[in-house]
Amino acid sequence: MDADIKLFENGKRLDGRKPDELRKIKIEAGVLHRAEGSCYLEWGGNKVIAAVYGPREAIPRHTQNPLRAIVNAKYNMAAFSVDERKRPGPDRRSREISKVISEALENIILVEKYPRASIDVNIEVLNAEAGTRCAGLTAAAVALVDAGIPMRDIPVACAAGKIEDQVVLDLGKDEDNYGTADLPVAIAPRTGEILLLQMDGHLTLEEFDKALDLAIKGCHIISDIQKKAIMEKYQSVSEGK
Amino acid sequence: MPITPSIKRDYLSKLAENGKREDGRKFDEFRKIEIETGIVDKAEGSAKVKIGNTQVIAGIKMDIGEPYPDTPDEGAMSTAAELIPLASPDFESGPPRADAIELARVVDRGIRESGLIEVKKLCIESGEKVWIIFIDIHILDYDGNLFDAASLASLAALMTTNIPIDRAKATLERLKDKFPSIGQYLNDHPEDYKLPLTDPPVSCTSVKYNGVVVMDPSLDEEEIAEARLTVATDKNGDIRAMQKGLNGSFSTDEIKKVIKASIDNGKKIQEQLYKSVGK
Repeated sequence: MDADIKLFENGKRLDGRKPDELRKIKIEAGVLHRAEGSCYLEWGGNKVIAAVYGPREAIPRHTQNPLRAIVNAKYNMAAFSVDERKRPGPDRRSREISKVISEALENIILVEKYPRASIDVNIEVLNAEAGTRCAGLTAAAVALVDAGIPMRDIPVACAAGKIEDQVVLDLGKDEDNYGTADLPVAIAPRTGEILLLQMDGHLTLEEFDKALDLAIKGCHIISDIQKKAIMEKYQSVSEGK
Repeated sequence: MPITPSIKRDYLSKLAENGKREDGRKFDEFRKIEIETGIVDKAEGSAKVKIGNTQVIAGIKMDIGEPYPDTPDEGAMSTAAELIPLASPDFESGPPRADAIELARVVDRGIRESGLIEVKKLCIESGEKVWIIFIDIHILDYDGNLFDAASLASLAALMTTNIPIDRAKATLERLKDKFPSIGQYLNDHPEDYKLPLTDPPVSCTSVKYNGVVVMDPSLDEEEIAEARLTVATDKNGDIRAMQKGLNGSFSTDEIKKVIKASIDNGKKIQEQLYKSVGK
């Protein structure tokens, strides 16, 4: 991108959004037949699908915990989901994302109900455009509800960041590449507990406060969309559609 | 045989004796097929195919690379299938297992050997630079007959593929210094253009259990199948590729019947395929 293109001008961002405006989000629960729970999510240009299997016996057995279930989230990007073809299979980046998402979900799932079991959450990124980990976690949460896994809350994630000295919600592709900071956050919306938090870039203390605030506000908006998607699925089931 | 498949086998066999299948289809009838193209913007071409509950996505990426020494003026292709754990409780992550490799190779062969892609038109600079096509197949939901779903998704994705001149422009300009005739290629192709293709061969898979042969097996039918046969046919009704799988056998008569049914079903699927890509 040319240096003279401004990411933020006249109170508007490159894609015309206001600083505190989310990209368009669409969530659909129960899209797969084999999985016990599933969810398809579109978030701006991101297209993500999540599926849940379990609780089932954890294999290999040495991974079992006699006191509780283990949560295995697997984040995987399709080879065709990015501009330059990605080599199939896990790399260091996707392993790290899988780990932080697993840990966030483990906090919220009532794992002590299922000793020695594993709950497997598979997140597939079909089209990637900044913020896939938030999209993945948000989709995974809906898939877990769809699978009937007992949880304390429905987790939700959203990022805030900084472009051109301006703190903004939900970074888009160019904002992520050329902005100065990115702060993905996942929360339990009922209690406000923070389940996932990462940051890269440069923020002052005040900017961080503002960004965190903004990200949490974003989470609450998305939380409503999640709940609507779940309601819609069960409404259509009960009406026999 | 484990206990569940043997119960299934009794049940399906009994149905078959009365000329029935578990989902009420005729022996030579496909499930409902849906084809949706252009679902992944980052890919040069993409398609999602549903056959009953089975769902497969294929995405095409293209890159500039070196040709094989024995075909210096032809583009190259590579096909990979991932049986990701999302699609079935029995799929595990990790390097592709034999069944994923067989699946990718059968799809690859159907496309490669049928001459679907006009590979000579993918040459940028003979012996030096050609387009390489990557076909990546993602199984989303596994409810039987991955062969046909994967091959159909790959065909639909290829038929909607645009060669990404715009994205590769910087690379091509740089290569122009070393290979001046690339300038001619850029003049002839100033912007993205459709991947040059001939007519697509459509594959139809049948399996045999307890003496009956059924088209488009469901997951249960696949689990108890003794033998499998995939036949790819073109719009003239000619045979373009075949693959027999599993340890059972077919009689010659059965093979002929399967081919006939594959031609009939193939014609219908061809029509649907053309319609779905807007032709």
